[in-house]
Amino acid sequence: MKYSYFPGCSLEHNAEAYDSSSRAIAGPLGLELVEVDDWNCCGATEYISLNMTAALALIARNLAQATKNGLDQMIAPCSACYLNLSKCDRYMVTTPELAERLNTALAAGGLSYQGGTIKVRHLIDVITEDVGLKTLASKVTRPLKGLRVAPYYGCLISRPGLRISEHNPEYPVSLDEILEALGAEVVDFPLKTHCCGGHMTQISESTGFDLIRQLVKGASDYQADMIVTVCPMCHLNLDAFQNGMNNFFKTNYQVPVAYFTQMIGLAFGMSARQLGFGTSLVSAGPALAKIGEELPAAAPAAGATKRKRDDKSLPMPTPLAAGQGKGGSGKGQGQEVSR
Amino acid sequence: MVSASGPIAPTPFTFLDEVQARTPGNPHLNQCIQCGTCGGSCPSGPDMDHTPRGIFAMIRADMRQEVLKSNTPWFCVSCYYCIVRCPQEVKITDIMYTLKRLAVEARLYGDATAPDFSKVFINWVENYGRSFELGLMGQHMLRHNPFGVFKMASMGMGLVSRGRMAFTPKRIRDLEGLKNIIAKAKELEVSHEV
Repeated sequence: MKYSYFPGCSLEHNAEAYDSSSRAIAGPLGLELVEVDDWNCCGATEYISLNMTAALALIARNLAQATKNGLDQMIAPCSACYLNLSKCDRYMVTTPELAERLNTALAAGGLSYQGGTIKVRHLIDVITEDVGLKTLASKVTRPLKGLRVAPYYGCLISRPGLRISEHNPEYPVSLDEILEALGAEVVDFPLKTHCCGGHMTQISESTGFDLIRQLVKGASDYQADMIVTVCPMCHLNLDAFQNGMNNFFKTNYQVPVAYFTQMIGLAFGMSARQLGFGTSLVSAGPALAKIGEELPAAAPAAGATKRKRDDKSLPMPTPLAAGQGKGGSGKGQGQEVSR
Repeated sequence: MVSASGPIAPTPFTFLDEVQARTPGNPHLNQCIQCGTCGGSCPSGPDMDHTPRGIFAMIRADMRQEVLKSNTPWFCVSCYYCIVRCPQEVKITDIMYTLKRLAVEARLYGDATAPDFSKVFINWVENYGRSFELGLMGQHMLRHNPFGVFKMASMGMGLVSRGRMAFTPKRIRDLEGLKNIIAKAKELEVSHEV
């Protein structure tokens, strides 16, 4: 099965693990991904807040670029890209006046797009609907037995009803089913479609951090070993901002966050390194140990940019920890203590 | 009603008409029955000056200035709970985007943090074709929360050291084409104003 592939800006950098793990599992799942040539940012939720026509034209350029692949379906693993692309396509079908305006803009760049030409799909839908849970389960060589996971969908794929697939906007189950097929113990996570806050940490810390706290606390209360997500923004908020949230509320949660594609790869017997584990700020080490997988020793240059701690520099209290010190060393078990 | 320097001329329509016309698709705003399901479902509702229901009542009452001054749309996190729960299919999230645009045009927002965040984000996209996190966060924090730079430093370093944050933005190949498209689109947005 051949699809156009729209990685999006997040997957180039902070969510590189999502990109590499998606590409890694594509082969075994029988998916051929053809990257959209010279794609641009989807504008997230920012552009539409400033200029509607420009925001939609920015998105429409990607749809026009995708048609050059000659494929009628496009996979977007990022929930925000997925929503923007499908929403723009929908508007171009339902609002001819708007479609005309967007095409006038596209023409200035030598492009055009007719609404409905490209079917935009989230990776999770392609896996559940086109690949199917049976095929998925048949490829599992290392079941994720004993691993308690909280499936976290976030808002942008659960809502706002643009998905072609049938699902409940407040209680979707496809991710639960995928994780079950992988052999994991799936927590009935009541916050599965709650909002991670998007860019709110940059606008109002108290609002943004509280949304993160609820989710992390929820997963922790349900004794989940990790949260599994389908969206780079959710991952960034829950993982990268988890310690900031801890500082804000004087808590000490350490719940690791992984992409569902990483979990699929693990169950397919791929190595944690290949799947980009070891690049998150909250260590997935203890969780991975449960399925007998080790976290790659030191992510690419973890700590390398920092000054090497010289043992002779300052007298430090010796009994810091049994084996490893905190951070700094960058070697050893690849401890991901981020503070 | 609006200062003489403001870009908004008195319109022949009500504010309700204006908001409807500026929202893509049919936002169904005139069908709101004031049930309050939206505000009750909103994760950031407690931080808003007015709940979405309040804002919609104010829009109908033609309270343009007060609505566009409110922090309500800027606290919307685009989670779409309100939309899927609204019994009248009011496209609340999309209306919030419209209110943001109108507030930016009229320069009526109270706190500039959120609009500036969007502007900095988009500035990178318009000039490179891709977003640039390090530039965005750096610029935004230095302007609005210089002290926060220190608090965020460990997270930023964590991302950089794990190869998750680039030091330079990526540029698309046909940047010229993109810029032409954007310029044309902006022209069309202005001429489309009601």
